[in-house]
Amino acid sequence: MGATRASIFKSRRLNERIVHTLSHLLLLLGAVTTTLPLFWMVSASLMQDWELAVYPPRWIPERLMWENYGRVFTVMPFARFALNSVKLAVLSTVGTLLSCSLAAYSFARLRFPGRDKIFLVLLATMMIPGAVRLVPVYIIFTRLGWVDTHLPLFVPSFLGGAYGIFLIRQFYLTLPQELMDAAKIDGCNPFSTYWRIVLPLGGPVHATLGLFACMGSWNSLMGPLIYLNSTELFTLPIGLTYFRGHQWAKVDWTGLMAGCVITVLPILALFVLTQRYFVRGIVLTGLKV
Amino acid sequence: MREDAHGSRSGSRAAGAGSLGRWWQRSLVQEAVFGYLLVLPAIVGLLLFDAGPIVSSFYLSFTNADILTPPKWLGLANYTLLFQTDTFYKALRVSATFAFVAVPVSLVISLLLSVILNQNLAGKNVYRLLYYLPAVCSSVAVAMVWVQLYHPQYGILNWLLRLVGLPKLPWLNSTRWALPSVMIIAIWGSLGPQMVVFLAGLQGIPASLYEAAEIDGASRWENFLNITVPLISPSTFFLLVTGLIGAFQAFELSYVATGGGPAYATYTIAFYIFQCAFNFARMGYASAMAYVLAVIVLAITLIQFAVQKRWVYYE
Repeated sequence: MGATRASIFKSRRLNERIVHTLSHLLLLLGAVTTTLPLFWMVSASLMQDWELAVYPPRWIPERLMWENYGRVFTVMPFARFALNSVKLAVLSTVGTLLSCSLAAYSFARLRFPGRDKIFLVLLATMMIPGAVRLVPVYIIFTRLGWVDTHLPLFVPSFLGGAYGIFLIRQFYLTLPQELMDAAKIDGCNPFSTYWRIVLPLGGPVHATLGLFACMGSWNSLMGPLIYLNSTELFTLPIGLTYFRGHQWAKVDWTGLMAGCVITVLPILALFVLTQRYFVRGIVLTGLKV
Repeated sequence: MREDAHGSRSGSRAAGAGSLGRWWQRSLVQEAVFGYLLVLPAIVGLLLFDAGPIVSSFYLSFTNADILTPPKWLGLANYTLLFQTDTFYKALRVSATFAFVAVPVSLVISLLLSVILNQNLAGKNVYRLLYYLPAVCSSVAVAMVWVQLYHPQYGILNWLLRLVGLPKLPWLNSTRWALPSVMIIAIWGSLGPQMVVFLAGLQGIPASLYEAAEIDGASRWENFLNITVPLISPSTFFLLVTGLIGAFQAFELSYVATGGGPAYATYTIAFYIFQCAFNFARMGYASAMAYVLAVIVLAITLIQFAVQKRWVYYE
């Protein structure tokens, strides 16, 4: 009896170990698949041109061609592109965080007539594809004389946004009412309650939305494609397409890969640095549904 | 709890009704004034960039708007033309295929990976981070890298196929394989974000259920089918709804990787709308098409909400 129980126990331990090993193998395969293209991008950005046209393909450059990076900056105003991207990402992030968290606090914590109806309309607009908005918004910005400036690409972020408001509101709803009441008794008005109590508590959630906003702006293609004509206003993604389209005879692929690395690396670094908060933020907002 | 707080507040308001200043400070009027002030930017944004454009684009869809000249009323002309245009049907089919294949496939893969990852494994956070990385990258850069990986002659993917003894594929260069190739890029980029949602959902499934099933002698696979799949369904539903809405707006990958080609094989409906509006200056026509797309997407969303009772479990 005792022996069989021990052997069952043993076989289960063995079983467990096999499952764990298999799990790791599968996960490793997945991780290699997701990261391999990114690894190859970095590797190709340091290759010599001919190394991209050999079979079997190369994984590691023969020698490191840092001049690929230099070429990107001399052939194109890439430093300008990067600067524009940084400027727009910072402004969009600040704008989104400010306007969304204010509105979210109001929707979650203050009572005023029509509040829930307005919020419902806001939510409903999320279900309508962005394509519907494209033309009228373009007409508005044309009338304002904002085409071929950066304004259409960051001003809207200062005016809320359904997704961001929803995300932060979900979190603000979970804060205890006692906290708000205590602030009120201490003489806080609704705004100072927000500023002193609510805002400091929302760290991870704000980090999440901030990261989304930053990534959205940094990687955006459609907006710059529609609104920017002058090369000196270009952002990195549109600069990349321009860089490729610019070369009639032969595309400078190693230079292009260097451009891709320059485009991807800053946002990747930011993500790795903030991802702790980010994952917590997602869980806190109850995005777990 | 909130009702309680409300009650005590009205009590103190009555007590302090003597002075106007204190009335202001305590009253619901102050709260309402602040309430409106704080949502004001969002309401302006809603009117200018959401609700307003949604309404006015409906009007524009009945005109020949082109930015330069004032729009002229055309009646249903844009819509009748649209339904006679071959490109529209092609683009719609590309988008529908993209949505109904890429989204479910990526959901299945990310659910499986999430379940595997949800065990107490070493390096869980590292895996989650690595799976997320593609989603952080600019789709322009990503598309350009994949163009190289897909290269029929020198690309790594065909080399790998040869390595395992499979025939080479023409990938982005053939009408048959171009759309699947673009879908692979999209799936590759969507796993991480979906897994974050699935992992959060998996945390909410009580471990006792699995323990009870184990005593009954259920296998891991049976547990997955009978416990995990039904109980994770709210997350699946959320990802399916938002994923399909997003997929019908896909445009960047084809724009960069294939330019919509070859022979319109990857030309999505969002790409067509974009080109009509900004390359061909046919904004009325583009608005009509955007409206048709919106109706289709809305219908798909509503159908999903209607049939969710059949498969989504809410505790």
